[in-house]
Amino acid sequence: MNAFIAIVRRDLLLAARRKSEVFTALFFFMIVVSLFPLGIGPETAMLRRIAPGVLWVAALLAAMLSLNRLFAADHQDGTLEQMSLSPTPLALLVSGKVLAHWLTSGLPLVLLAPVLGLQFDLSPRALGVLMVSLLLGTPVLSLVGAIGAALTLGVRGGGVLLSLLVLPLYIPALIFGAGAVEADVAGLGAGGHLSLLGALLALGVFFAPWAATAALRIALE
Amino acid sequence: MLRAHGLACDRGDRRLFSAVDFSLAPGEWLQVEGANGAGKTSLLRMLAGLAPSADGHIEWDGQPVSNVRDEFHARLLYLGHAPAIKEDLSALENLQTAAAVAGRPLDEATALAALRRIGLKGREDLPARVLSQGQKRRVALARLLCSQARLWILDEPFVALDVAAVSQLCSILDEHLSRGGLLVFTSHQAVQLGGIGNTLRLGPDPDASRPRPTIAEVQA
Repeated sequence: MNAFIAIVRRDLLLAARRKSEVFTALFFFMIVVSLFPLGIGPETAMLRRIAPGVLWVAALLAAMLSLNRLFAADHQDGTLEQMSLSPTPLALLVSGKVLAHWLTSGLPLVLLAPVLGLQFDLSPRALGVLMVSLLLGTPVLSLVGAIGAALTLGVRGGGVLLSLLVLPLYIPALIFGAGAVEADVAGLGAGGHLSLLGALLALGVFFAPWAATAALRIALE
Repeated sequence: MLRAHGLACDRGDRRLFSAVDFSLAPGEWLQVEGANGAGKTSLLRMLAGLAPSADGHIEWDGQPVSNVRDEFHARLLYLGHAPAIKEDLSALENLQTAAAVAGRPLDEATALAALRRIGLKGREDLPARVLSQGQKRRVALARLLCSQARLWILDEPFVALDVAAVSQLCSILDEHLSRGGLLVFTSHQAVQLGGIGNTLRLGPDPDASRPRPTIAEVQA
């Protein structure tokens, strides 16, 4: 457990020393989301309809931006070898890395989303549902992304391959995440969608670190 | 006790080495020699359990390593080619994180003492990216000072070190051996260490069909 905390602490410290990487993803999210109201025009009914999809797709793409660096630096400087030789199971250390990745790339999106949602004339209630859906969904993005990042480790042109590999796997999270907000706007309850997102998260927490670890072991050999 | 039986390494179609046998008792060291590309790093990674052997097996305390992997890793310290130093972290943070990941968290005073002893006094809080190549190696080697591991596997530990640091590293290795530790390392230079030493030379053999490395016993 000490090693888990050390990994989370180290990755947060590294992110704090390289703030530009965190802010790049955040500004990307802000700009992509803000382009839609500007491009489509101030028709509130239309904006309200597209808001969940736009916000969620932008969140997917922003989460993708930092994924290919998740394991690449550790692989290059030998840290990954040391992690795999640790008495602590590698899957637990990988979970620590994923948690740190979510704290620096997912959580800021969750906090920023309601502000950006205002541009789409979403009601306070819908903004709340949007936040909850992102809170449940962005960890899934980090977890599934970690599998992709581990599989493409050391592959030339891995960044593009990573998006081709991971974006299709993000579809369930996108459908239920955006669906929750849509259902709420339409007056149906968001509970069902959010429960399914929660189920995805539970599955991801359980299986993704294990799958990513298996892929990392292949890359290390 | 570390024993290797008939280890072999393949790179593509080429067999780098085969039939590597040795055994290492407490207080003994093994220097792996060979030309560039002879497979020294591959052998060390194999011994550390980072890469599978194409043939043969490795035993730790009489048990195949694959059966006692966790126990083996708890007693192993491996320093590879890449020194596992994060450029954006200070020497102190690097050392403390590495120790925590290796399962032995260090308090700040112990870590600072190790860094000072290895010759990094006054540079403990500088980010590693401003340190020189040799100083970065010293940050990695500071882990040896805090290590309780019995088996040390070091890949080119002497590279990029100045004369004073080389002799200091030798004395650290001597201390480890006199505590009953085991040591496997690669180096291109002749090293004078206490205890019982062996040299393992990896390389092409006149009998090309079955290259067999020679083991020469060197009493130091």
